[in-house]
Amino acid sequence: MGDLTKTATTMDTAFRFRSLPMKTIKPLLREPRVVIAGGFLLILLLIALFAPYIAPKDPLEQDLMLGNMPPANYPGAEPGYYLGTDDLGRDVLSRVLYGSRIALTVAFVAASLSAIIGTLLGLAAGWYGRWADRVISRLVDIWMAFPPVLLSVLLVAVMGSGLHSVIAAIVIIDWTRFCRVVRAETMAQARLDYVMAAQTIGFSRSHILWREILPNVAPVLIALVSLEMGIAVIVEAILSFVGLSLSSDIPTWGGMIAQGRQMVHHGWWVFVFPLLALFATVLAFNQLGNGLRTALDPVMRR
Amino acid sequence: MTASDLLNRLVMAVLTLMGVAVIVFCLLRIVPGDPVAMMISPSATPADIAALRAHYGLDLGLPQQFAIWFGDVLKGDFGTSISQRRDVLELIGGRLPATLELAFAALVFGVLTGGMIAVLGALARGTKLDPALDFINGLFLAVPDFVWALALVLLLGVFWPVFPLSGRIDPGLTTDFRTDFYLIESLVTFKFAAFADILAHMVMPMLALGLPLAAIVVRTLKEALAEAMVQDYVLLARLKGMSPLRLVLQEALRNAVGPTLTLTGVQFTFMIGGTVIVERIFSYPGLGNMAIDAVINRDLPLIQGIVLTFGAIFILVNILVDLIAAWLNPRSAAHG
Amino acid sequence: MTQSFVAIQGLSAISTRDASAPVLRDVSLTLEKGEVRGLVGESGAGKSTIAKALLGILPSTVKITGGFIRFEGRDLLAMPRRELADIMGRDITLIPQDPQTALNPARRIEAQLTDGLRLRLGMGKTDAHQRALQLLDEVQIRDPKRVLNAYPHELSGGMRQRILIASAFALNPKLVVADEPTTALDVTVQKEILRLIRRMQEAHGTAVIFVTHDLGVVAKICDSVTLLYAGKVIEDGKTPDLLMAPKHAYTSALIAAGPRYDRPDAGLEPVPEAVFRQLRAEIGIAERRV
Repeated sequence: MGDLTKTATTMDTAFRFRSLPMKTIKPLLREPRVVIAGGFLLILLLIALFAPYIAPKDPLEQDLMLGNMPPANYPGAEPGYYLGTDDLGRDVLSRVLYGSRIALTVAFVAASLSAIIGTLLGLAAGWYGRWADRVISRLVDIWMAFPPVLLSVLLVAVMGSGLHSVIAAIVIIDWTRFCRVVRAETMAQARLDYVMAAQTIGFSRSHILWREILPNVAPVLIALVSLEMGIAVIVEAILSFVGLSLSSDIPTWGGMIAQGRQMVHHGWWVFVFPLLALFATVLAFNQLGNGLRTALDPVMRR
Repeated sequence: MTASDLLNRLVMAVLTLMGVAVIVFCLLRIVPGDPVAMMISPSATPADIAALRAHYGLDLGLPQQFAIWFGDVLKGDFGTSISQRRDVLELIGGRLPATLELAFAALVFGVLTGGMIAVLGALARGTKLDPALDFINGLFLAVPDFVWALALVLLLGVFWPVFPLSGRIDPGLTTDFRTDFYLIESLVTFKFAAFADILAHMVMPMLALGLPLAAIVVRTLKEALAEAMVQDYVLLARLKGMSPLRLVLQEALRNAVGPTLTLTGVQFTFMIGGTVIVERIFSYPGLGNMAIDAVINRDLPLIQGIVLTFGAIFILVNILVDLIAAWLNPRSAAHG
Repeated sequence: MTQSFVAIQGLSAISTRDASAPVLRDVSLTLEKGEVRGLVGESGAGKSTIAKALLGILPSTVKITGGFIRFEGRDLLAMPRRELADIMGRDITLIPQDPQTALNPARRIEAQLTDGLRLRLGMGKTDAHQRALQLLDEVQIRDPKRVLNAYPHELSGGMRQRILIASAFALNPKLVVADEPTTALDVTVQKEILRLIRRMQEAHGTAVIFVTHDLGVVAKICDSVTLLYAGKVIEDGKTPDLLMAPKHAYTSALIAAGPRYDRPDAGLEPVPEAVFRQLRAEIGIAERRV
């Protein structure tokens, strides 16, 4: 009996996982939000990866003679500095392009780690229930009583500036988002018939969790990861804005915005362009997340 | 909810706050930077530093420090701010009203604006305006308060400078206020010039905080209204001859408020957290702004006090929202 | 020729989603003042569509392709919206099917009952309150004061349906459309409600179009009956005539299919397939719509 069921599940799982990509990718591509937002983010990724080759100037290079130049087509603009310069003569365009590296790095790493931690705890709370659920839920409640921005500022101040602390701060704050959603979804799935069927066949609880429930929680999760990436970008920008993220030399959108805020009356371009980049990126992550959620929902729901 | 439920919630609230207190307490003690180091003058001797450290109890073990601090808190003593040398509770009390007024103004703005647009959306059901509203709202939903604040700085502060970019009140205006609730007090004592000025200073941070809230209200309320409008009782009411506006307001709205309330409440708690950065951007002298300074200055007692305050507000708002939801629901015993 | 009070002539309609599937095929029926006519048919026969057309609440998925609906001589389908709005809810009212969803869960009964009175008759609060008490009395609700102050979820299904009936008759309508008002109720309550409707109808002299799938209901309170299948009128006539001496095979099959108290040993006979084949041939449908 044991061998037979094992074979049955392995075949079943293999079959299901093999047909997974085909079943899921096509409807995704039909959803316009996924295509447009995904496309934008892909381009952004390429910019981030190839920034050294794309950026016209060195983002760190200062030239005080060329400080505060307006963007191209404005009177007094310096050729070659398409988006103008800041008051230290650094090229805005190059800095915005390089800023994408920090933004995307933080987005991917922080979102993934939050997702992993939050999902593990959410699955545990939703599936194993009772004691695990009570503890984890209480933990989430306490966690959510902290104002997120304040907490992130606090954490980075505590851990010192640097990319690792920014990422750690985001993960520490936002894992609760994943935990709640995954917990709710797990509980909803656990009530469905296929779970009962699996239990009567005799699969162990952990087996059911990983092989049956998780694949069905995945769609909601994937959409949430995308949303979380947008949030991570914002948090990083806020931290840079407050001056806590990285050293002010390394170009970050938040840092540029903070700098621009100071000189917004006489150098609006330093403020506007990183802000636009930030907005576009966050919007893209949001739309991608929403699009994924709509597209994946009917396909994966049993 | 019943009285025992309420009591239960309050007990849970206290426990949660304790948890918050423990966590923040421990976090701050892991800090590599030394808070005392920031307060001393270069000529201080090691003995001075040790004395200062002892004064703030930083030489004791962690559990002892917590016990002392919590004991004091229960007595109402939140300690003295390291960076500002004043009583923490006093400092918080001085800044809290400003933040509360801002949060409340943003709440009113968000709910009213969002509510009106949602009702408009319900009336426009089936027309081209309907999906257009959804699309525009989708864009608004994607913009967090931080980005709004910055955009507003640019638009209304620089390009069309209609509103002041920072502060709470024009320093020129007499500041002989008795309370720290400037907005309310100026209204109640008929100091209209001051009231207008305070309101003008509040407009941009209020928009920055209120627009995301409005977007959420639009999304949830519009959906709930749409669901209510296709119910049989609305059809019957329509046959009785009610105008579309009356249908939405009188028949559908009550049934749509319930689910909207919970989500709006959650969003409101996020908004309170958002005051931290929004106040910073507009140099608005509220609790959030002070919080950031406290963190940068490693002002442990102040940070603890502020975090506890925010935590308490969060929890109380959650309980309040649940109470209101129960009161509004005709099926519950708590209905008014 | 005296015009009938309500005259539906040649009414045809199609579904906007599938133009090849007619919803109504050349339906004609008449109704006199104070007459109770049953509209009978299985699900999808078109009876609800006719009722909705009478009330002016056809969904956008149904489009009228021909015929007219004359109410007191005026064609409802050609009337301007303002005139229609005037008639609907006052001269023509509805008793809905599901008392659960037809009352607003968030408003007290009094508010819902006095809506029409205050809106259409311009009654003040106290007058409307008195009238509401009277109405509840008419539909035999004991303790009307408590009921007026209550919310729908505090009342039983039967009570709610009584309130809906009271609401339908509140403005002394000329025609009441009853859309399967007993389907959602317990069997024990159904009989009372039917009797109530009949009583109200007689007291107010109102004409009633009674939509139902149950011939037993028809037998109890309808003066005349129109039987529909797939959107076409199969047979119609006075109730005793149709039930005792049905002219069409489908009618007899339906009568035979119903449980009979006087012949308990006779089994429930499903309608024979041959009858359906005959029907389809007559109407011109290719296959049985499931």
